Amino acid sequence: MISVTAADPAREGLPDAEATIAALAEKMGAAIAYDAKLVGIYSGGAWLAERLAEILPGEHPVGFIDVSFYRDDYGKKGLRAKVATTTLPFEIGNSRIVLVDDVLYTGRSVRAAINELFDYGRPESIELAVLIDRGGRELPIEATYVGARVAVARDSSIVLQRHLDGRFELSVEPIESAPGA
Amino acid sequence: MRNPQLNGDGELQHLLTLEGLPAPVIDRILDTALPFVSIAERDVKKVPLLRGKTVFNLFFENSTRTRTTFEIAAKRLSADVINLNIGVSSTSKGETLLDTIDNLVAMNADMFVVRHAQSGAAHLIAQHLSAADRPHIHVINAGDGRHAHPTQGLLDLFTIRHYKKDFHGLTVAIVGDLLHSRVARSLIHGLTTLGTTEVRVIGPQTLLPTAIESMGVHVFHDMRTGLAGADVVVMLRLQSERMKGALLPSAGEYFKHYGLTMEKLALAKPDAIVMHPGPMNRGVEIDSAVADGAHSVILPQVTFGIAVRMAVMSMLAGN
Amino acid sequence: MTNAANKPAGSIEIRNGRLIDPRHRIDGKASLFVAAGRIAAVGAPPAGWRGDRIIDAAGCVVCPGLVDLAARLREPGFEYMATLESEMNAAIAGGVTSLACPPDTDPALDEPGLVEMLKHRARSLNQAHVYPVGALTVGLRGENITEMGELAEAGCIAFSHADAPLADTQVLRRALQYAETFDYPVWLRPQDAYLARGGVAHDGEVATRLGLAAIPAAAEIIALDTILTLARETGARVHIARLSTREGVARVREAKRAGLKLTCDVAIHHVHLCDIDIGWFDAQCHLVPPLRSARDRDALRAGLADGTIDAICSDHAPVDDDSKQLPFAEAEPGAIGLELLLPLTLKWAHEAKIPLAEALGRITAEPARVLGIDAGHLAAGAAADVCIVAIDEAWTVTRDALQSQGKNTPFLGVELAGRVRYTLVDGQIVYEPTA
Repeated sequence: MISVTAADPAREGLPDAEATIAALAEKMGAAIAYDAKLVGIYSGGAWLAERLAEILPGEHPVGFIDVSFYRDDYGKKGLRAKVATTTLPFEIGNSRIVLVDDVLYTGRSVRAAINELFDYGRPESIELAVLIDRGGRELPIEATYVGARVAVARDSSIVLQRHLDGRFELSVEPIESAPGA
Repeated sequence: MRNPQLNGDGELQHLLTLEGLPAPVIDRILDTALPFVSIAERDVKKVPLLRGKTVFNLFFENSTRTRTTFEIAAKRLSADVINLNIGVSSTSKGETLLDTIDNLVAMNADMFVVRHAQSGAAHLIAQHLSAADRPHIHVINAGDGRHAHPTQGLLDLFTIRHYKKDFHGLTVAIVGDLLHSRVARSLIHGLTTLGTTEVRVIGPQTLLPTAIESMGVHVFHDMRTGLAGADVVVMLRLQSERMKGALLPSAGEYFKHYGLTMEKLALAKPDAIVMHPGPMNRGVEIDSAVADGAHSVILPQVTFGIAVRMAVMSMLAGN
Repeated sequence: MTNAANKPAGSIEIRNGRLIDPRHRIDGKASLFVAAGRIAAVGAPPAGWRGDRIIDAAGCVVCPGLVDLAARLREPGFEYMATLESEMNAAIAGGVTSLACPPDTDPALDEPGLVEMLKHRARSLNQAHVYPVGALTVGLRGENITEMGELAEAGCIAFSHADAPLADTQVLRRALQYAETFDYPVWLRPQDAYLARGGVAHDGEVATRLGLAAIPAAAEIIALDTILTLARETGARVHIARLSTREGVARVREAKRAGLKLTCDVAIHHVHLCDIDIGWFDAQCHLVPPLRSARDRDALRAGLADGTIDAICSDHAPVDDDSKQLPFAEAEPGAIGLELLLPLTLKWAHEAKIPLAEALGRITAEPARVLGIDAGHLAAGAAADVCIVAIDEAWTVTRDALQSQGKNTPFLGVELAGRVRYTLVDGQIVYEPTA
């Protein structure tokens, strides 16, 4: 069920994060392979992958991928301030991977993630699970599993936050403060 | 005086020396090196960051080791790498250093990795490119005379951080020929900038530069006293030329007073690490037992060296 | 800017200027009268005066033309760095009317023929008076003494070893004894060849940080002690050239107090700069002797103020651009100074609160005394070598503003006060920029 909290303009029109995660997990639970490995894209996708691994039925190992070295905007923006270390505690070759990200927008992060995964090995298949699909694609990329579809202005970013108690929250912010999608 | 390494936005334009580099910039380089360490453990060790860029390794002073690590680093970033050993090419025919640079710039160089026998060579090149208004060409100093070897300093800092986590509270001892050492000068700048509690230099007076205390170090002539309680021991290479010119009488006497043996190492902390920029002179500055022993982190230094250089190149090329 | 050389030597009245003649303790508004190449009168016109030209020196100082103890003209041998034409132009643009040139040409000035040729060339240019300093040893190789008598006859007013090392103390002693026999002055730069070997910068914090091969202060002290000991023993007339250390100043002060007949000079760059100014390896600051610490520089300034150091010279050394655009140690040492000697001396006087007359004395009367020539003053009857300078007029040191062929100076881009408006040599206006 999607609920809307009317008072906060930063969250206006945005679905409740926790409820959307539950919805996404339900769609994935029945459909993903029993031996699917979750790979979350830093940092929102990484948190999400961790949570999904907890709530999805069965055992799904989790890895994290930082796409900074594969982004296509390096020439314009340079290297990002904080580059995390890609940690994949399993073989990519011949594996069934589910890439996990918080927001799917232009599709460029996912393209970078796929390229990076292939430098680790040749996967059997890659599926994509995203919490929010906000449209605005610039590459022919679609998610296999979508939590919710939301439309937001071009100069805004949708940001997923994880509070100290582990609870997730979605908000909208002007484009400078948010990491690229 | 404006730091020639930073551009107008305060971003790193060149890496010429660790002197005057703010701590956050050094930290960022070390943080960026971390993911590159694990890239080295993959089968595909390349990332596409410097694809389409041309890196010229300009070595006016021979060094297969350093040149190779820079070449590996650049190739792992997918750059095109060209090695130039200038001793055998144009400058011996009388072409000036800056003429050589101008010619290579005309061949679309994006980055110069320069090693030169004279202190200040890398600064000269950077200033020349600045005067010629070439903001997208970057210079990395791979060692200029006795002055600086910033990537070596960074990989030494990375190594220390890897094993000791925090620089506060650490005692670091640097032993040997500091007078001629660009490695030592760079490391001292880096250690003091990152807040190392105590930096010691140990050596005979002939091998210690005048007024080195002004760089923020304590001087020791007695190695045993200098090693007491040290967390990190950095051994510098002693070149055979030092035996001529009245700096030292013999390698044997040097080893007796300033060589690192297990017995002297026991005076440092029990979990002390031993570092060496390489190549080692076994039996001159360091005993084989120590070099191959449990305290030695000399081989990891080499691995970290490639990651640090990849970090530096990718940070520069993106600015 | 055009130089008006070879104007007819008519009579000139210079009025409305502040006349400063350090030797005769004159400092005040007064007119100067020039006729037939000489000073005709100071203050009031001589009887029957008819002036062909009047120069209005309002707002300017009128002083003796500068006497520079060391200016390299680079001929013979180093024409790619500079020529007599360009450097003599630089001299009069800087208000310098008499200069001594060191013997480190190629070949060195150790043959009368070379000296004669140099004097002849200089005379034909009709600009500043040139006083060649002869080589003390053949080829400046420090082995055999030169034919000092022949060289003196050809026009050498002193003998020096320029910057070449003279390590053999026995040769040095004998050269001093020989020079003393004929009462020839010997100019020596105190630098121990062995301690200075390979060094390019002062041995201190800066050289340590920058990793530059260093020259300890001891290199100057030890050599100075040797020179002073031998000067005392032989009785030779010695001039110490280019002092750079505070202990050196102390030694000279002590020696003068003890009655030794000694003179000494300092280069203008060392009055202002110290090793910190090298910054990030600025080769314009690669000088000989090296720029030393701030304390050394302060001691040099104190030495100038109390007269321990007699004179300031330019130590003019033009270097071509290519030879400076090299890593610090490889760059050719030296800086130009003919056009900067006056404004930089004014800057020192202003900063150190030295009376103007006293400061100007260090670049006029005092160097003339060291050279032993009748110059650097404006008494009636003296040669009319005059400098008229707008001491408050600012100008920026740019490549275009410099007449010298060498543009190598650490002061490039710096704004200085003190612009020469006229230079007269032997009563002729040789420099009068139209700008």
